[in-house]
Amino acid sequence: MTTPLIEARDIRVTFDLKREGDMPWTKPLQLHAVAGVNFTVNPGETLGIVGESGSGKSTLARALIQMVPAKGKVIWQGKTDLLALSAREMLAYRRDIQMVFQDPLASLNPRMTVGQIVAEPLKTHFPGITAAEVKARVQLMMDRVGLLPNQINRYPHEFSGGQCQRIGIARALIVEPKLLICDEPVSALDVSIQAQVINLLAGLQRDLGIAMIFIAHDLSVVKHVSDRVMVMYLGRVMEDAEKRALFAMPQHPYTQALLSAVPIPDPVAERAKVMIPLDGDLPSPLFPPSGCVFRTRCFRAEARCKSEVPQLTGGVACHFPGLLSKAG
Amino acid sequence: MAMLEVNNLGVSFATPDGTVNAVNGISFNLERGDTLGIVGESGSGKSQLAFAIMGLLAKNGAPRGSAIFDGTELIGAPVATLNGIRSNHIAMVFQDPMTSLNPYMRVSDQMMESLVHHKGMSKAQALAECIRMLDAVKIPDAKGRIRLYPHEFSGGMRQRVMIAMSLLCKPDLLIADEPTTALDVTVQAQIMHLLRDLQRDFGMATILITHDLGVIAGFCREVIVMYGGQVMEQAPVEPFFATPTHPYSRGLLHALPRVDQDGAELNSIAGSPPNMTRAPKGCPFEPRCDFAVDICKTSLAPLTEFAPGRKRACNRAVEELV
Repeated sequence: MTTPLIEARDIRVTFDLKREGDMPWTKPLQLHAVAGVNFTVNPGETLGIVGESGSGKSTLARALIQMVPAKGKVIWQGKTDLLALSAREMLAYRRDIQMVFQDPLASLNPRMTVGQIVAEPLKTHFPGITAAEVKARVQLMMDRVGLLPNQINRYPHEFSGGQCQRIGIARALIVEPKLLICDEPVSALDVSIQAQVINLLAGLQRDLGIAMIFIAHDLSVVKHVSDRVMVMYLGRVMEDAEKRALFAMPQHPYTQALLSAVPIPDPVAERAKVMIPLDGDLPSPLFPPSGCVFRTRCFRAEARCKSEVPQLTGGVACHFPGLLSKAG
Repeated sequence: MAMLEVNNLGVSFATPDGTVNAVNGISFNLERGDTLGIVGESGSGKSQLAFAIMGLLAKNGAPRGSAIFDGTELIGAPVATLNGIRSNHIAMVFQDPMTSLNPYMRVSDQMMESLVHHKGMSKAQALAECIRMLDAVKIPDAKGRIRLYPHEFSGGMRQRVMIAMSLLCKPDLLIADEPTTALDVTVQAQIMHLLRDLQRDFGMATILITHDLGVIAGFCREVIVMYGGQVMEQAPVEPFFATPTHPYSRGLLHALPRVDQDGAELNSIAGSPPNMTRAPKGCPFEPRCDFAVDICKTSLAPLTEFAPGRKRACNRAVEELV
């Protein structure tokens, strides 16, 4: 068995919220953005994380690299616990874990040229490198992501959204990371450009053999890029399964509802599909429901779901997993 | 005569960099109860088209052509005429419910406005009607919530409030501009379901503007594909999705990852959409088109009907595209 590249054990992220009018000694309200998440990613594997807004998927990704304070363990290559490291010690591991962000333009410094942006991680992580080599590697990387060599001295505002995302990808990959965390990398892009960036990421991953954590709310996109998919709801994992199994036979009622809600670009299939409607809104993460957090909107909920928190067993956290004959 | 007849409608903007022709020569007819989808990427002019019909263009925008609603010309109509039609006969749902609701006004006050203005209702009557409409869009405890401010609602609920507000005067035509883009898929499914029910119950015509072909497939009877301010293809949805006939529509459909199918590589469309300040002379899609020939650089083929109800604007014949 291979050692997992990264193994998250019982990750918890809690934000303290001060309410207006609170006294200094009042206990703050606690928001559990991520409440006990476990997963592993093997070398070269892509883990897709899906969930609606407020499900804690971005916070989870940030927790892995200490961008938000978290409890639990993040075991890197079976040895080091990343969450136990000091900021200085963490720096060495930052080289191996790089990130691509959602808003392509906002995540690039407007006052730096493309060349400077792409070169910066290289200079940070390899201080001894010569200027000539930096230039050579930047040019190679730019070429690799489909940017032209004559664009090296341009500024981010001169590029379109898709090109900015390519710059972000070049910046992440230039230090040859082992894990790339992509937080909604294509959700701000138009369909035709989205396909370009997805193909680029897939090609780079195949060639460089890096592992990927791919966060998105678009299930079609996640299905396309991932080997395994993890479904989150209110900071907890609902289901974690191999891609084909998850999309062919979703076990958790939430996954089933989520999948049935995705519009299919085919009028015949779209109008024939069985929708599982979810009533109501996401409960407030400040006051999550007792037991299973999904029970307030679940079509299979019973008394047991209220009292007992379902554990993630066999890839699904539900007391009554499996397909209903015809739901809704 | 159709309820809405749009003829050769265009929109141009005067900008410091010169005139931008955002929408060019759009024509379509809409009957009562019709559902028309307008799909296109950002900058294709789909929203400006709606703004032109509603008389909501920015100050530097100038509409051309004509849009006749029940015998009344909307383009260039005086504000008084438009005010009699807007909300009363043609209502609009905007993309972002947070920025289109007034944050300083209670939901009840913003909703009642149009009923008091157009229908001459008393405040008490209007309030009762608003509560009924909030119930219709399935806002729980509508009576208690109507006195709240927009920020006290979640995103999905705000969009429901917007939809309820637009339906208050029982409009003949609803224009929904990306009504579900800012929402999660499960909420999107709820809202589209709701729109479908309401559309059936009230029998109104709907123009749905979106970039999501999946939403169009589920909701619309007819679709218009726009690119660079031009109509590329216009057809009933079934034949359109089964056999798209324009290179751009084909590219768009093949570029979509799908949950119900396995695919190896997505067929992306190389390049990026045109910069409208320097709009190309010929077909706007020519630089990205696999089937482009010389004539495409200089002239865009007119939108022509090649089969009943199906139109396309392309210099190449359908059989040549393989």
